[in-house]
Amino acid sequence: MQKLTIPISDDHIRSLKVGDSVTLNGTMLTGRDAVHKWIFDTFIEKKRAPEGDDQEVYEAIKQILEGGVIYHCGPVVAGLDSGDYKFVAAGPTTSTREEPYQARVMQHFNLKGVIGKGGMAGNTLAACRDVPGVYFHAIGGAATLIAQSVKEVLGVHKLDFGVPEAIWVLQVEEFPVVVTMDSHGSSIHDEVDQKSKKILDSLLA
Amino acid sequence: MLNLTDKFLELVRLAATSLPPDVEKALRESVEKEEPSSASRGALETILKNVELAREKSTPICQDTGTPIFYVHYPQGWSTIELKAQIREAVVEATKLTYLRPNAVNSVTGKNTGDNTGDEHYPTIHFEEMEGNTLSVDLMLKGGGCENVGAQYKLPNSKLDAGRDLEGVRRVVLDAVYQAQGKGCAPGILGVAIGGDRGSSFIASKETLLRQLDDKNPDAELAALEDTLFEQANQLGIGPMGFGGETTVLGAKVKAVHRLPASYFVSISYMCWAYRRRKMTVIGDNVIYA
Repeated sequence: MQKLTIPISDDHIRSLKVGDSVTLNGTMLTGRDAVHKWIFDTFIEKKRAPEGDDQEVYEAIKQILEGGVIYHCGPVVAGLDSGDYKFVAAGPTTSTREEPYQARVMQHFNLKGVIGKGGMAGNTLAACRDVPGVYFHAIGGAATLIAQSVKEVLGVHKLDFGVPEAIWVLQVEEFPVVVTMDSHGSSIHDEVDQKSKKILDSLLA
Repeated sequence: MLNLTDKFLELVRLAATSLPPDVEKALRESVEKEEPSSASRGALETILKNVELAREKSTPICQDTGTPIFYVHYPQGWSTIELKAQIREAVVEATKLTYLRPNAVNSVTGKNTGDNTGDEHYPTIHFEEMEGNTLSVDLMLKGGGCENVGAQYKLPNSKLDAGRDLEGVRRVVLDAVYQAQGKGCAPGILGVAIGGDRGSSFIASKETLLRQLDDKNPDAELAALEDTLFEQANQLGIGPMGFGGETTVLGAKVKAVHRLPASYFVSISYMCWAYRRRKMTVIGDNVIYA
């Protein structure tokens, strides 16, 4: 099992192929539906002006996302009253909902990795080739196990989005993932989709 | 009337942290069907490790603790107002104790209530008055990933060449499994309802998920359809997490409900492998969990 440290270099990214099992180590962010829409509307498409702490949060996350990794995850977190946060359960959420935003977000931040489940579509695969980057698949539902890889919660932004939708800053060790979309245009999800379509057609013939 | 708030809290804890034995057994049997050192076998092994760890630590199996859906069968004369209040209180407490993630989001403002109570539909509670003096409560925690890949078809469906018969049902259910790929956290369990209106059809499709995985449908025709769906869905080769492989579904359960002459709905509720459902029975002072 290959061990990768965040930030990840372009050479490392290009060396990864679909099917590779790797572990991730370093600092990463969680970000899912609300975060992607907020980044997209405020800082990429600029449909709305930054307000409140928007600009401040943007500057903070920009540094972590440069060469970094974003995790599609809405965790269960303990210590909400004390602020002494601890991840209790933290598996991936379905990534396809971020497809309208992901490619642009990857390009905007020079984001090298997206962690989630279920895979993503053509725009993200193209961004994986161009940036370059990869899609890391975590095991859906394996939430207690994955939470063991989160060694420390370094902070949180946008908690007003709600616990699942906030931006959690994490220190992770040996975070287990499988590369299912690589920077060379391969996607396990496309392969399985095409194969299963043929079988479906024969079952419905 | 008894105050059962603590007992409901235990039901929630058990459901969120301890996978039912029939589901775990089906997952264990599936591991052996996947090729050694394949990504799909690795996924199942990770899933089983997580199941054990969650039970041991009493923490959620999956971070998406889903919509809590309660099915309450209560003795004549009990107050559903009180039962509802107790269930809601238990859910709030379970959220504080991190057995549940705060999941109730206002659809207009986007604000999360923080305690898993929303309007009268959240949490979902179905009440049914029963003869006798036994209270039984089934709880299902249904995550959003698998709920999102659920589907409802209106037959006839010319694109899938699906007519208003069980062959038509087979065709649309297989299409739904194909469309879902791994996104609903395969291997999944299919809850299928035939008939009803759009609303009652989806409700029935979830009710059928309360059945044990290894039971047999008493209706011979539906039992045969369940076997076919199970076999053919697994032939699709989508596999655990959609990585490809032998295990795409762990089971298929079908229920037929009456419909209008004009309507023929087929509703599929896809349940993820983290098939969290538990039952609590109260007889006198005795509380039994299963």
